Amino acid sequence: MDNLLWLIPALPLVGAMLLILIGNLLPKTYVAIIGVGSITISAIVVLLTGYSFLSSPPEGGQLTQTLWVWFEVANFKPEITLYLDSLSLVFIFVITFIGALIHIYSAGFMAEDKDYSRFFACMNLFVFSMLILVLADNLLLLYLGWEGVGLCSYLLIGFWHESHANGYAARKAFIITRIGDTAMAIGLFILFYQFGTLSINGILQSAPNLWPVGSAIATATALLLLAGGAGKSAQLPLQTWLPDAMAGPSPVSALIHAATMVTAGVYLIARMHVIFELSPAAQMTVAVIGAATLFIAGFSALTQHDIKRVLAYSTISQIGYMFLALGVGAYSAAIFHFMIHAFFKALLFLAAGAVIEALHHEHSMFRMGGLKDKLPVVFWTFLIGCASLAALPLISSGFYSKDQILWYSWAAEGGDAILWVLALSGAFITAAYTTRMMILTFWGESKTEIGHKPGKLMTIPLVVLAFFALFAGFIELPHNFGHFTLFSDLLHPVLPETRLGESETNEWIFQLVAATVTLGGISLAYYFYYKQPQRLSNLRSSGAFNRIYDFWLSGWGFDKIYDTLIVKPVVYLANINRRDIIDQIYNAITSGTTALYRLLSFTQSGSLRWYVMGLIVGAILILTIQIML
Amino acid sequence: MNAISTNMVMLLAAILFILGIAGVVVRKNIIFMLLSVEIMLNAAGLAFVAAGARWAQADGQVMFIFILAMAAAEVSVGLALILQVYHQHKSLDIDKLREMNG
Repeated sequence: MDNLLWLIPALPLVGAMLLILIGNLLPKTYVAIIGVGSITISAIVVLLTGYSFLSSPPEGGQLTQTLWVWFEVANFKPEITLYLDSLSLVFIFVITFIGALIHIYSAGFMAEDKDYSRFFACMNLFVFSMLILVLADNLLLLYLGWEGVGLCSYLLIGFWHESHANGYAARKAFIITRIGDTAMAIGLFILFYQFGTLSINGILQSAPNLWPVGSAIATATALLLLAGGAGKSAQLPLQTWLPDAMAGPSPVSALIHAATMVTAGVYLIARMHVIFELSPAAQMTVAVIGAATLFIAGFSALTQHDIKRVLAYSTISQIGYMFLALGVGAYSAAIFHFMIHAFFKALLFLAAGAVIEALHHEHSMFRMGGLKDKLPVVFWTFLIGCASLAALPLISSGFYSKDQILWYSWAAEGGDAILWVLALSGAFITAAYTTRMMILTFWGESKTEIGHKPGKLMTIPLVVLAFFALFAGFIELPHNFGHFTLFSDLLHPVLPETRLGESETNEWIFQLVAATVTLGGISLAYYFYYKQPQRLSNLRSSGAFNRIYDFWLSGWGFDKIYDTLIVKPVVYLANINRRDIIDQIYNAITSGTTALYRLLSFTQSGSLRWYVMGLIVGAILILTIQIML
Repeated sequence: MNAISTNMVMLLAAILFILGIAGVVVRKNIIFMLLSVEIMLNAAGLAFVAAGARWAQADGQVMFIFILAMAAAEVSVGLALILQVYHQHKSLDIDKLREMNG
């Protein structure tokens, strides 16, 4: 089956190229068949490859397929080589499988859009780039995919480019992720300089021999890679682009800004985990960034009005959990949470998209409400997604993945009580904002009449995703009950097992605390938004409460800080330099020459007498000089 | 026959030359300017002849023949131009003929 590996990224690429070249000439049905079909076949190939990979594991737990040599400069010879191990298998499964579902949904969601083929072309190109990113054998190819997904993200955020704000959001996303990308590129330069290769396996094997633990260069490289990951994954301090990225269509938010692209940072760190293990300081930074991000983004999600912005902040917060898990060395827990999160967050975005479309593009949750009976399929699937996001104990898959992270954030070797407290407060807030979103959207009285109900193309992906959001968690059960470790066993050959700390801990207590906190969060939101909405409005009338509320609503003022510290000075300098200071030198030369020539042209008076006088004076001068010398 | 010193001849040539220049600069009429140029040419010719006599070389007189031939050609071209100028402008005043300014 390994000879089919190249088909997985090739199919979306062919789909994208076909749609770019002739998409505008085709009727919408054919566009949908090409766009959806390429990803669906790719997903089937992934299932076949995965089946053969799992039933008869290849030697060393990895498959490589070299397609061709990219280019050759002296000793540097990067190849287009695809590399499949269990880590990339999980990623390509999520990318193609959820990607296919989202494409099916988009065929219905975008049916009325005039740029149908452009949409599918960008989506297919995105899936191709993302597959290249996770299947790359060397970091250069990975970087190609990395920039490819950035480009597609930019194109799709600004998909409805007639609106100025969408273009702004697209540029913001592109520029902020570019900051991280630059840091990552410098990291790659260091790696190449030190190892003379960019092959991932080569680097991972020789790094422990070349760099001692805790050496400065290992820390610097790890931090640079982390900056790249933080930019793509919208982690502190580069998280501000993701909420604005919601300007794109809902399927885009589901695929790019929830399920796949934003987790590229998680993939990068998991893939390069050897480098991070060589630098305890950098790994601690990963954990701290994750914990701080999940905490800050959680509070912001609690106050948003726009349903998609709630989900965006929630995505930032959930990726924060993944970073936290990576930072404490619980790699398989991070990847597990990535997979579960991809299921339920894609589901939530798609369901939110269905709600928004049914309500004539109404984004504000305060003008929704009462949709429980009107959109039953959307309601039930959204409810399942919310249960998973809030980590409802025992029945939702989100519980199993998040509980693992919560426990490891204390018990793992790199764990810490402060990290645990932050993660736990994050869980509390998550439960609260999820319940708030659910109540505001589906309960209460109806405030906007629904237009048309979502069709079969849109509801079927929701149901499939809801199934996974509910049951996918059961492939990995905690140690103390069930002890079913299918997922971490799968990842074990690639990622090291999580080492536990010295102190004895009782996992039961932690689970109990986590479950209580979740239920506490749910009941808090239930109390304030369902039982006693009056209390909340009373609170809103006090000044201090309002100030905190607005502070959280604006995402802890990060946008404002960046605006004052970076954007404004740059714009100010750019305004000063509007007429290019360097250019003035050349302008001065030309205007000086012009002035001189005007001056000289006065001597061309047309009077013969003056010319003769000039001749004479000149001759006398020359003669005088000759005599004097 | 008293030999005339070369210096005196050179002085005469210089005086003639300066007169010629003064004529070119001062005169308004183009014909007189042309005449003055002729005087300057002859002053130069005189200097050549004197120098040739001083060193007993024939070169000076050869040069004078050249100058004579050139002066004849110049006068014919010059007079033709002056005729054309007069036809076009009905004037030979150099101060009025200053159209070609920059």
